[in-house]
Amino acid sequence: MTNALSELGKRRDLLYAITWREIKIRYKQSVMGFLWAILLPAVIIAAGVLVRFGMSALSGKAVPAQDLAGVTVKALVWAFFAGAMRFSSTSLVGNANLVTKIYMPREIFPIAAVLSQLIDFLVAGALVGLGLLIAGFGLSWQLLWVPVLLLLTIALATGWALLLSAACLFYRDVKYFVEVFITFAIFITPIFYDVEMFKRWANILNLNPLAPLIEGISKCAVYHVSPDLLWVSYSALAAAGSLIGGFHLFKKWEPGFAESI
Amino acid sequence: MANSDTVLRVDHVSKRFVRGERHDSLRDLVPAVVSKLTGRRPNRDSGNEFWALRDVSFALSRGDAYGIIGSNGAGKSTILKLITGIMAPTAGKIDVKGRLSALIEVGAGFHPDLTGRENIFLNGAILGMKRSEIARKFDAIVAFSGLEDFIDTPVKRYSTGMYARLGFSVAAHVDPDILIVDEVLSVGDVVFQNRCLERMHSVLRSGATVLFVSHNLRAIAELCQKSILLEHGKVVAHGASQDVLTTYLERSGQQGLQPGERDVSISAVRLRRERAEGVAFESGEKVWIDVEVEAARECEPFSVVLFLNDDKQYEVFHTSTEYLGCPPISLKAGGRFLATFELDLPLGGGTYYLGALLYRFTNEKTLHRVFPAATLFVSTVTEARGVINLHPRITAFGPAAAAEPAAEALRK
Repeated sequence: MTNALSELGKRRDLLYAITWREIKIRYKQSVMGFLWAILLPAVIIAAGVLVRFGMSALSGKAVPAQDLAGVTVKALVWAFFAGAMRFSSTSLVGNANLVTKIYMPREIFPIAAVLSQLIDFLVAGALVGLGLLIAGFGLSWQLLWVPVLLLLTIALATGWALLLSAACLFYRDVKYFVEVFITFAIFITPIFYDVEMFKRWANILNLNPLAPLIEGISKCAVYHVSPDLLWVSYSALAAAGSLIGGFHLFKKWEPGFAESI
Repeated sequence: MANSDTVLRVDHVSKRFVRGERHDSLRDLVPAVVSKLTGRRPNRDSGNEFWALRDVSFALSRGDAYGIIGSNGAGKSTILKLITGIMAPTAGKIDVKGRLSALIEVGAGFHPDLTGRENIFLNGAILGMKRSEIARKFDAIVAFSGLEDFIDTPVKRYSTGMYARLGFSVAAHVDPDILIVDEVLSVGDVVFQNRCLERMHSVLRSGATVLFVSHNLRAIAELCQKSILLEHGKVVAHGASQDVLTTYLERSGQQGLQPGERDVSISAVRLRRERAEGVAFESGEKVWIDVEVEAARECEPFSVVLFLNDDKQYEVFHTSTEYLGCPPISLKAGGRFLATFELDLPLGGGTYYLGALLYRFTNEKTLHRVFPAATLFVSTVTEARGVINLHPRITAFGPAAAAEPAAEALRK
């Protein structure tokens, strides 16, 4: 594993080149160009805001501005995670001619897919951050949690990206499975709602390792409340586990890639 | 062979592939797993695997040029994929020391929407160069490709030739310790092929090692001192390229139908002077070649083809009874036939190999092929090098002022 990591380190220029290619070709010859980075999260945010207004109409209570901001932040993180899953799962199959023709550490492809989504996220995130500042949500030391939670989210995404890309290579229908799961997962992840709304069932929702991270980021960025340390530790364990496990399995399966693709 | 100069060692390497049914989708996997769990043996596996390589070993020292030859399906591409690390061997070990660069497919990873400039950086990184290294060599790469005017054009607007040129230019600027070349020479035009060869020569001069897989026997003979011959995944010959090439040609001459199965076969090829035996000739002499044919059964009409290759296995000449205006030959069971060719030998000095085959021109079918059927040694009196003796003479030799009046006339 240390060998594999040092090899990956040596080929980091290739990782940058592939990431950069992913981004470049997505925005080349497209009408919207870089606006695509914002469009998808914007649609999810709009859906979230709609759901919130719907809930308030039912309960008769007005929607606090904070809740809208919270939904925005959560939708943004979700857009990153879902995009990373979607693009990484097809990353090896999509680069079949490279996988079968030239040797390189193949984990570069799913990792580059995650990184290219991360860059989209950072663009949209900078805009939302600016918006929060202008809207007067203020600064606090809790904001320091945001990069930590974000790193854990990236680790979780990368671990799953490695697993799914390899699974897709061996079994082509994993791709559809991923699509279905992403569509469904937006309901079991607290994006349009908060886990607290479910009272004593909240802990069940938190078993989804992404839930404490997404909730935590929105709590820190919008409400300036520290995240639930216990559940964040649980997510950190899950993130580390999926990253290490994903990488390990990926490397174990890698010798069979070229002949199975 | 355990010397410290060994840069590549292939040690008892075997590779097994499973062909036929594989689970490409989860939908297929689930029933397979269930039947495995319930103890029902799936009726596949054995018989569905085949060995692309069996116990292959060789080692390359620094500065070697090494050829791998073999017919299609002999395992040539598989061994390269194992050496480059694209696939893993089923058994055995491969050790590579230093940077390995493969000219297996030029322009791999090019993206049609990106410009030439962008693709140079992308392709360079794929081939293992650092960004700074590519930036340093960028101008040289562009100049080498001759595409200065199109470097900011997306490569989807390039012609196939431009595409290959750009890809090759990038590949040619990787400084490898071991350069692997696979069949690149069979695509592209003559200029491109020569560039590939030049590139291999310059890599060799720089002290690196070249491993060359090709059908181009002449190129292998020129470039590689040593070769191995693969047949059905096994090494069948190993050593000096000349010997290995001869073995290859002998074996490929014998391939195909077994003697008993052939309807008609060449029973003898004799090389002679008009009335005496002989294998050594003076350039310009005449030679007679008898080709004797025997039919085991009644056979379809055929012609006799005669061909002559030089020692690099480049075809010097071929002819046939058909070209010479003879009708196709039909034989009854047990029939025998003799065709004698008379040839002039205006050849350069050297060793030549004679081959003969029975060919049906109407459906392009080879009935029997014998190569090398005979070896010919040609000596020249005049100082002529090459495959043909053009009978050179010096008609002027001295200071240019004293040149012939003809040269003056040309200038006017």
